[in-house]
Amino acid sequence: MSGWTRLEGLAAPLPANDIDTDVIFPARYLLLLEKQGLGRYLFHGHRFGRDGSPLADFVLNRPPYDRARFLVAGANFGCGSSREHAVWALADFGIGCVIARGFGEIFAANCARNGVLALRLEDDAHAHAMAAARAGETFAVDLAARTLACGDILVPFDIDTRVRRALMQGLDEIGFTEADDMTDIARFEDQRKDRLPWLFQDIVP
Amino acid sequence: MGGSTLYDKVWAGHVVKRDDDGSCLLYVDRHLVQEVSSPQAFAGLIARGRRVRRPEAHLAVADHAVPTSGRDRPLPDGLAARQVARLEENAARFGIPYIPLRDARHGIVHVIGPERGFTLPGITLVCGDSHTCTHGAFGAIAFGIGSSECEMVLATQCLRQMPQRRMRVLLHGRPGPGVAVKDLVLALIARIGVGGAVGHAVEFAGAAVAAMSMDARMTLCNMTIEAGARIGMIAPDDTTFAYLEGRPMAPRGALWERALDHWRGLPSDPGAVFDREVSLDAGTLAPYVTWGTTPEEAAPVTAHIPDPAAEPDPDRRARMRRSLAYMDLRPGTALQDVAIDRVFIGSCTNGRLEDLRAAAAVVAGRHVDSRVQAMVVPGSAAVRAAAEAEGLDRVFRDAGFAWREAGCSMCVAMNDDRLAPGERCASTSNRNFEGRQGAGGRTHLMSPAMAAAASLTGHLTDVRELAR
Ligand code: SF4
Repeated sequence: MSGWTRLEGLAAPLPANDIDTDVIFPARYLLLLEKQGLGRYLFHGHRFGRDGSPLADFVLNRPPYDRARFLVAGANFGCGSSREHAVWALADFGIGCVIARGFGEIFAANCARNGVLALRLEDDAHAHAMAAARAGETFAVDLAARTLACGDILVPFDIDTRVRRALMQGLDEIGFTEADDMTDIARFEDQRKDRLPWLFQDIVP
Repeated sequence: MGGSTLYDKVWAGHVVKRDDDGSCLLYVDRHLVQEVSSPQAFAGLIARGRRVRRPEAHLAVADHAVPTSGRDRPLPDGLAARQVARLEENAARFGIPYIPLRDARHGIVHVIGPERGFTLPGITLVCGDSHTCTHGAFGAIAFGIGSSECEMVLATQCLRQMPQRRMRVLLHGRPGPGVAVKDLVLALIARIGVGGAVGHAVEFAGAAVAAMSMDARMTLCNMTIEAGARIGMIAPDDTTFAYLEGRPMAPRGALWERALDHWRGLPSDPGAVFDREVSLDAGTLAPYVTWGTTPEEAAPVTAHIPDPAAEPDPDRRARMRRSLAYMDLRPGTALQDVAIDRVFIGSCTNGRLEDLRAAAAVVAGRHVDSRVQAMVVPGSAAVRAAAEAEGLDRVFRDAGFAWREAGCSMCVAMNDDRLAPGERCASTSNRNFEGRQGAGGRTHLMSPAMAAAASLTGHLTDVRELAR
């Protein structure tokens, strides 16, 4: 996965709290074995009717929001299940940044690993972003500058250094750990084996 | 002078490396692998030619997508069969212990981990499943992770994590008759909200917790994620040790004694400081049921459906309106007047032996209402066998329940067990999200005894009234 520094586009307003990952990606599509091409199942129960036809009043079906690169939601977005499919589906649909008043923690961790910025904004900044999304203003996020522009207003934000680096460089975290930490891990494991040998017994479940 | 919490102690024991920003490379002792979240993780390993660092530290089982009937036959062709087969192939390819579907040890990951003694005090345990917090009942740091993190654990046996803030939930008093741990935890979530514990590792303590069985403690920790916390823990004590002794993967002999020594040092020090404390008196609670589409939208069964118009916060008001519309419920209706179509007793929250006993005690000698379809899905094959040895299967069958094989079943509706659109279910599972039990299905969460009571009357029912 390649990294990014700037992302620009429209923001779809989804002004609800506690949008859970079952709503973002219904469980029945979890039977798929791939992580590509999941965008078509995003918000499936809200985007499509029982017969599979798109529901005109759902924001992501409504031009120009069908091309949105941002999503602006309420509090606790992505709570519930750990399914990374929720993030894969958002990314595949074209969403690179979700703005909310807070996130489910596993969802936020999954975002960072898939090039999606989970951006937490509070109070006025959040209210402003929601209003700008509704007004169809262009959003632009700059990870290097740590700013979000919604229309002509610039909102600075805080971001975890590690998450920012992961997004900007598109790091392979495993590769990185393999390069830097394997001796430490092996040493730790040896000490652990001495101190807590029952965790290293070869026993059958 | 303060002291360390249970969480601090277990955390400190697993730090391989600490970075300047406070994040740590944390060693993972054990990893449970299931069919839904693992295929993409294994595919990642295969694509880059990576191996699994310690195959014996993982345990694989298919639980989400599996059917709960007709297990003597091969799985019908289709996506579920393909997903289970993929897990089997991956386990074989990487040398990871795998428990097959027809095995006596099969069951939901969070039920069999403790049963096998795979779950132990003081360890770190992860799984690509948010209810991994269940295992915290043993004094482990156990949390759900995404597929990419599963891949990281398979390859390196580590995860990079920031330490959580600490929160203690004190449960005082003794719950009255007909009030179960599920009621306590629904009352707690109703109080603090579904985002109420985000960012925290929660420790449950207090007299009510000390008096709880391991089955009850697991129900409690299981629901921590429904309050937003990835981690819920309970200090290990004699109840924990009695549960674990003799389990297949638990230490034995001299190692058992050594392990006990270690485990006895884990509970929070008396002076340990928590970033946040919440307390709840279990003695004053009525049985709880949910009326909305988040676990915090719960109320005592004796209450009426709340009126969004009376909610001052506009976001909450909008949320309530959305929930009531989805649930097809009107403000002011007595909860006990809400009629149900289905009853589901099972899941990693309430699919253990004590849960089945509690439900069986309510239905014994009575019959499920003619308008209701009811099923019991034990959490594991071992729970099922133990229940059958006590004759619980007879009790349920005689009352008109279907008695199924173990699995997640109608908790997540990834197999054929699901609600039809518009159907309303009394469920002992953990999530009442829109569509969770089937597209358009409506879920009311409650305890096993309460679900059993609803099955008999055909509507939400105060099990305490039924007893009289
Ligand atoms: S029983 Fe439900 S909550 Fe538990 S692991 Fe299965 S699907 Fe998840």
